[in-house]
Amino acid sequence: MLTTIYALAFYFATILLVVGIAYRIYEYAKVPAPLNIATTPAPTTVSGVWYRMFREVALFESLFKANKWIWIFGYLFHVGLLLVLIRHIRYFVDPRYVPDLIWLGITYIQPIGKYAGFAMVFGLAGLAIRRIVVNRVRYISSPSDHLMLLLLILIGVSGFMMQYVDRTDIVSVKNFFLSLAYLNMFDWQPLPDSLPLMVHLTLVLTLMIIFPYSKLLHAPGIFFSPTRNQVDNPREKRRLAPWAKALESGSDKK
Amino acid sequence: MSELDKSELDEVNSDADTALPDPLEMPEMVPDAMKDLHSFEAAPKHQTDLGFPGELVDDWQDVAIAKIGDLRQKYRSFRVYLDSCVKCGACTDKCHYYLGTGDPKNMPVARQDLLRSVYRRYYTIPGKIAPWLVGARDLTEDVLNEWYNYYHQCSQCRRCSVYCPYGIDTAEISMAAREIMDSVGKGQKYCNEIIAKVHSIGNNLGMPAKAIKATMVDFEEELEEETGINIKLPVDKKGADVLLVTPSADFFAEPHIDGLFGYAKVFHELGIDWTLSTTASEAGNFGMFIGSYDNMRKVSLRIREAALELGVKRIIFGECGHAWRVGYAFLNTLAGPWDFLDPKYPVPQHICEFTFDAINDGKLKFDKTKNDHMTLTFHDSCNVARATRMGDKPGGQFEIPRAVIKAVCNNYHDMDEDTIKEGTVCCGGGGGILTDDLMDIRVKGAQPRMRALRKVTEEHGVTNLAAICAICKSQFAKVLPKYDFDMEAIQSVHQLVSNAIIMSDAPKEEEAPAPEAPATNGDEPSASSETG
Ligand code: HEM
Ligand code: SF4
Ligand code: SF4
Ligand code: SF4
Repeated sequence: MLTTIYALAFYFATILLVVGIAYRIYEYAKVPAPLNIATTPAPTTVSGVWYRMFREVALFESLFKANKWIWIFGYLFHVGLLLVLIRHIRYFVDPRYVPDLIWLGITYIQPIGKYAGFAMVFGLAGLAIRRIVVNRVRYISSPSDHLMLLLLILIGVSGFMMQYVDRTDIVSVKNFFLSLAYLNMFDWQPLPDSLPLMVHLTLVLTLMIIFPYSKLLHAPGIFFSPTRNQVDNPREKRRLAPWAKALESGSDKK
Repeated sequence: MSELDKSELDEVNSDADTALPDPLEMPEMVPDAMKDLHSFEAAPKHQTDLGFPGELVDDWQDVAIAKIGDLRQKYRSFRVYLDSCVKCGACTDKCHYYLGTGDPKNMPVARQDLLRSVYRRYYTIPGKIAPWLVGARDLTEDVLNEWYNYYHQCSQCRRCSVYCPYGIDTAEISMAAREIMDSVGKGQKYCNEIIAKVHSIGNNLGMPAKAIKATMVDFEEELEEETGINIKLPVDKKGADVLLVTPSADFFAEPHIDGLFGYAKVFHELGIDWTLSTTASEAGNFGMFIGSYDNMRKVSLRIREAALELGVKRIIFGECGHAWRVGYAFLNTLAGPWDFLDPKYPVPQHICEFTFDAINDGKLKFDKTKNDHMTLTFHDSCNVARATRMGDKPGGQFEIPRAVIKAVCNNYHDMDEDTIKEGTVCCGGGGGILTDDLMDIRVKGAQPRMRALRKVTEEHGVTNLAAICAICKSQFAKVLPKYDFDMEAIQSVHQLVSNAIIMSDAPKEEEAPAPEAPATNGDEPSASSETG
């Protein structure tokens, strides 16, 4: 019974997450950027823009300029999250179908992944404390901003519980997800009975469902930010949005 | 000295008011400190002149909400920025208006949220289901008033966008907000009146062609008196090579006029055949301030018209920050292509780029001692610094004006590194708020810049502040005295050029003539005619 509920929920959440993000990306790509508004000094070539974007995504360059505390906590959280996610790949794929070299990589990350989990929760805790203690940040926070941090922290904490407190039978968990992945309809492998696991999975489901409707859209959003992704070449290149082109046919232009 | 002694000393110092505050010092937060600052609203005539409803329409809520929907299909910035903010708080201490007022709604993210909260309510699922959870709210009359007041306390300087991890640009949001307000009939008098003047007369000042020509004749006489040579300020000269498009403030305000004299001397010395145009007698483009593509385009097309009419080969822009933003970053899109101009030169070119090239080619000679009575510093105008470039390398917009100043002055010192270049703090008067009814915010917003200036004055003996923006210059002329500086401390960059340039055809008997003392009537004729 429990297995069925979680199985259906994961299908639902996965579809929502993938379709939701894909749809947002489609929307962002569709809306034109009618003017060049790159924040200068900006790169004058496309490769320069790739490099700028890489620095923003991989190093949080602008945030580093702005505020060292947010940068440290935010960076620990995101890098921790990334490593934890890579570590989780092991639970969703069958090594038989993964090239050896990549599997080796995933295996190597396992021990680091453990510490990454702590870095992630530490970073999140720092951000959560800032959100409460620094009056400027408290002022701009809605309940959802606090809850988002709480959600992520609880995901981390319930994860630790499964590892260190109430050890979960991870092999069964893996079998469950593999059976989902192979679309073994209604022949899902049973999830082990474990409270921390139930909590962990429920929170992850929540995160997946709210992703496309929340500020988590900053992840795809950053790649579409005109101030960061435009080449500084407006004197050489016109950029007419379709709706702006329509104005050109008017008689006011000589 | 022990820690205790030191802190005691600090206290004594601050009591005696000798300790210089850090320019970017964080204020005490004072909620709602500026909530009642309401600039004059546009009269029906100013609205309809620009194609907006004359007064608040009956179903304004519906119209405003539909306009939000419209803008999110037209501007990727608006769409992505409303969705992406994570409320990290990195921008909260970056706005000069927050630093100067302590009003939390002047923190960039809070300014965005005034509109984002409404966007969330009507265009996102969580905002429709659980507004209280995600900070969404209905669009009410109070909200509209709040928009009006706080979106006119933003100079669209983009300092916040430099520091936001996603480059979220509050200027984009405040332009959109002003466009929404215009579309429901709640525009601002200052901006809309000026744009209407450009459409009908050709410049922000509303100076007709005849008056421009007469003024230039006066200026030619003045220049002849000063230099002994006949330096021309041609107007509407057909077949000239260069069309100079400059802010109309250069025709009537101080220290702008001295900058205009500088351009004229440089052109004369280089033997450039140039002209002003009465059709395009304004470089500034307030259409940007109200976020109106249509109005911005209409104003820009006047430049195209003038260039075609006069048959010029190149276009050069005079000293003006937001004009240079529209000129550099938008003009090609709005009024291009410029295939009928000489392809050897970028369109448009900035006067500083032009003078800089001539200096590098060794074509200009200067007597730098003519500026020895001053020690200069340079205010990077935000629009130039963060939205444009000069020359062909990123950052040329910082180096080129400084190189020009250093070529004509012996004494120069930069202000604090985090208040210049890409981190420059606004003069406080940009973005369509250079009006007397907003003087309160203008003075408070200037505080970080004034403190940075105070520091270099005390520590490095700086006496004067140079700028390349008509609005900055007018704003500084007004606020410098409020911070105990001399109103005339503000200089045009080409005024410094004008002081030092050696004119090769100047009469021999005189040892290069002494520069005129700057005229003392820096006061603008009236509040509403400050036109940036
Ligand atoms: C392209 C990938 C991503 C980039 C470049 C990125 C970048 C950032 C940056 C720069 C911040 C602001 C600093 C901070 O508060 O940490 C931030 C905040 C945040 N990010 Fe990401 N992020 C990415 C993906 C994700 C993902 C996949 C999640 C999913 C859980 C996430 C969750 C969050 C949260 C919850 C915050 C707000 C933290 C707070 O409340 O202070 N991010 N992100
Ligand atoms: S820095 Fe950017 S993401 Fe962070 S609060 Fe400000 S606008 Fe939002
Ligand atoms: S654009 Fe400038 S004035 Fe406006 S919120 Fe950002 S920092 Fe403040
Ligand atoms: S007036 Fe000058 S300093 Fe102020 S916003 Fe414009 S360019 Fe910036």
